[in-house]
Amino acid sequence: MLKQAIENLGNHTIQGVWRIGFASRFFLAVLLHSGTAFRRFGLTIREIYFTGVLSLIIILVSGLFVGMVLGLQGYETLQRYGSESALGTLVALSLVRELGPVLAGLLFASRAGSAITAEIGLMKATEQLSAMEMMAVDPIARVVAPRFWAGVISMPLLAALFSAMGIFGGYLVGVQLIGVDEGSFWSQMQGAVDFEQDILNGVIKSVVFGIAVTTIALFEGYDAPPTAEGVSGATTRTVVTSSLAVLALDFVLTAFMFRGLN
Amino acid sequence: MNKTVLDLWVGLFVIAGIIALLFLALKVGSMSTVNSSDSYEVVARFENIGGLKVRAPVKSAGVVVGRVSDIRFDNEKYEAAVTLRLDKRYAFPKDTSAAIMTSGLLGEQYVGLEPGGDSVMLKDKDRILITQDAVVLENLIGQFLYGKAQEGTPK
Repeated sequence: MLKQAIENLGNHTIQGVWRIGFASRFFLAVLLHSGTAFRRFGLTIREIYFTGVLSLIIILVSGLFVGMVLGLQGYETLQRYGSESALGTLVALSLVRELGPVLAGLLFASRAGSAITAEIGLMKATEQLSAMEMMAVDPIARVVAPRFWAGVISMPLLAALFSAMGIFGGYLVGVQLIGVDEGSFWSQMQGAVDFEQDILNGVIKSVVFGIAVTTIALFEGYDAPPTAEGVSGATTRTVVTSSLAVLALDFVLTAFMFRGLN
Repeated sequence: MNKTVLDLWVGLFVIAGIIALLFLALKVGSMSTVNSSDSYEVVARFENIGGLKVRAPVKSAGVVVGRVSDIRFDNEKYEAAVTLRLDKRYAFPKDTSAAIMTSGLLGEQYVGLEPGGDSVMLKDKDRILITQDAVVLENLIGQFLYGKAQEGTPK
């Protein structure tokens, strides 16, 4: 009984370490074979369409609503202290620093990440990847690398659109609906948001999230057992793992980026 | 899907993303951070800086002319040495005074510069000699209570 439990633990540990090693080698292989993704940029553009353009609707609509909720809740809290003119600062800083990259990353993981895993998993299950290898076409260069770079390119653009849309939503609710002064909304925002400290760090965050989410999605798909069950399990794991990765990475990045701020 | 339609959509997506970034950079944030090439530093010493923070604005006549770049505690004189980084476009007389003020009742604190009448201008690494400390609310209340108590004492 006890022996069985210890054996299970050992087995899980070995499997986990093996998977981490495999994932790192996979990531390196993707980077090494990225030449094709840029030489035949048409492939990458096709994937930007599927991961980026098709995620636009959900990103824009969620961004708008998140910004509108921030406007309402922020006003509700700030007006108690008579500082509702700081609403612009609150909305912009929370979106640009945290909510924009993180929520866009989570939505990207569930919208585009799951699709990537399912697609590659099915390609593997139906032996399309093996067929490519038979024809001396490297599946990592032809299939995986363009998707990786498409994700890395799309993610910061989506996060920027999310933040911009959210600020617009906060403006709609705060200024147009509730009636916060428009001048102080924008000027206090501009006074508090710094380009390097806030916006650039937000962009760096979203690039990191893009790398993490697409790598996890591609790896899960590439590693999926070639059965219907295996592909569905891999898709679920992609969403769960990459969401957790986004949140954990966000904490680490925030701790590094904003530690010096007081 | 047709290749040109695909290219068009991706192009639109990239343009929209870049516009969003530009919107964030120009409209939401202020790109005009004073960088080291066109600015000069002066030091002002205060006995109490209240809640002044690094990167707080330095204003003269209400206009932002620079930022607080460093705050240090001088262990010999028990004073705070505040370094102000001012924009090169603005020159101030040597007898300019600096005061720590608060925008609004509970707003952020900033350094206000009141220009003097000297014909010599402040240079890089100069010291502002006339300073006025931050108003600490507790001291103010203490003074008020003390004054009230004295008023009430029977003669």
